[in-house]
Amino acid sequence: MSRLRFRPRRDVVCREAVELVTDYLEDALSQAQRRRFEAHLAHCPDCPEYLAQLRAIVALAGSITPDDLTPGMREEFVSVYRRWRDDEAHDPV
Amino acid sequence: MPEDPDSELVSRVRAGDEGAFAELAGKYQGAMLSIARGYVPSSAVAEEVVQEAWIGVLRGIGRFERRSSFRTWLFRILVNRAISAGVRERRSVPVEDMGPVVDASCFDAGGTWQAPPEAWADQVDDKVIAAKMSARILSAIDELPLQQREVVTLRDVQGLSSGEVCAVLDISNANQRVLLHRGRSKLRQVIGSEFGRGR
Repeated sequence: MSRLRFRPRRDVVCREAVELVTDYLEDALSQAQRRRFEAHLAHCPDCPEYLAQLRAIVALAGSITPDDLTPGMREEFVSVYRRWRDDEAHDPV
Repeated sequence: MPEDPDSELVSRVRAGDEGAFAELAGKYQGAMLSIARGYVPSSAVAEEVVQEAWIGVLRGIGRFERRSSFRTWLFRILVNRAISAGVRERRSVPVEDMGPVVDASCFDAGGTWQAPPEAWADQVDDKVIAAKMSARILSAIDELPLQQREVVTLRDVQGLSSGEVCAVLDISNANQRVLLHRGRSKLRQVIGSEFGRGR
């Protein structure tokens, strides 16, 4: 029996790999798909950079921090809170 | 379920701490405005929707049972308010643009890169570059189609899990991944073009 029958049906090409990147990062590929994807990465000169760029995008988006609470915003939120509290006092649910 | 990162603030708000409320609101205000804007015609209406959502949070927080994370609960309240205020009916995931995420001309007939991405991922390790790019990415997120913007904002900016995002937006995990994929891929192009060519 040839070992060939256990090989992946077909290698992943770059055009397909770029569409699999998110599922790969999300751990949503089947084991077989994951193996084929990783096999492609291991010998492709360019797709590892593509994957690294997607990872960098996720990291950059995650590094956006909410603006520090300005005194004005803080005041506004506190006033929302107080209006709610006063309403509750007059009209308890 | 993992520990709710807002657990302590929620307890303090319940105990009547208005400063804790301001802190919680400040943390989520930006993301809430960005999401609300997708449902309603103007920024002014979006601000009203967000304010109403905060009032809804205050009214309900005493009964919030922590079966979901606070942020899942919060964004559900927001999305429900936005839907009732908005003009856009949303329950289905429209096919926004289903073409390939990398232009077909970048590949040869066999599907191999003929115009490979220029390398820049390493440069993001540089703190100065990262700071500049994270400002750029924020405006790029705002330019994404609505549903991609929602998913990227909740998932990548706010750090919600995929399960939380699906619960907030009432979409399937597969849809969530498609939207995330398309959104992130567009951001890659934008950031890539900041470094040089944005293929």
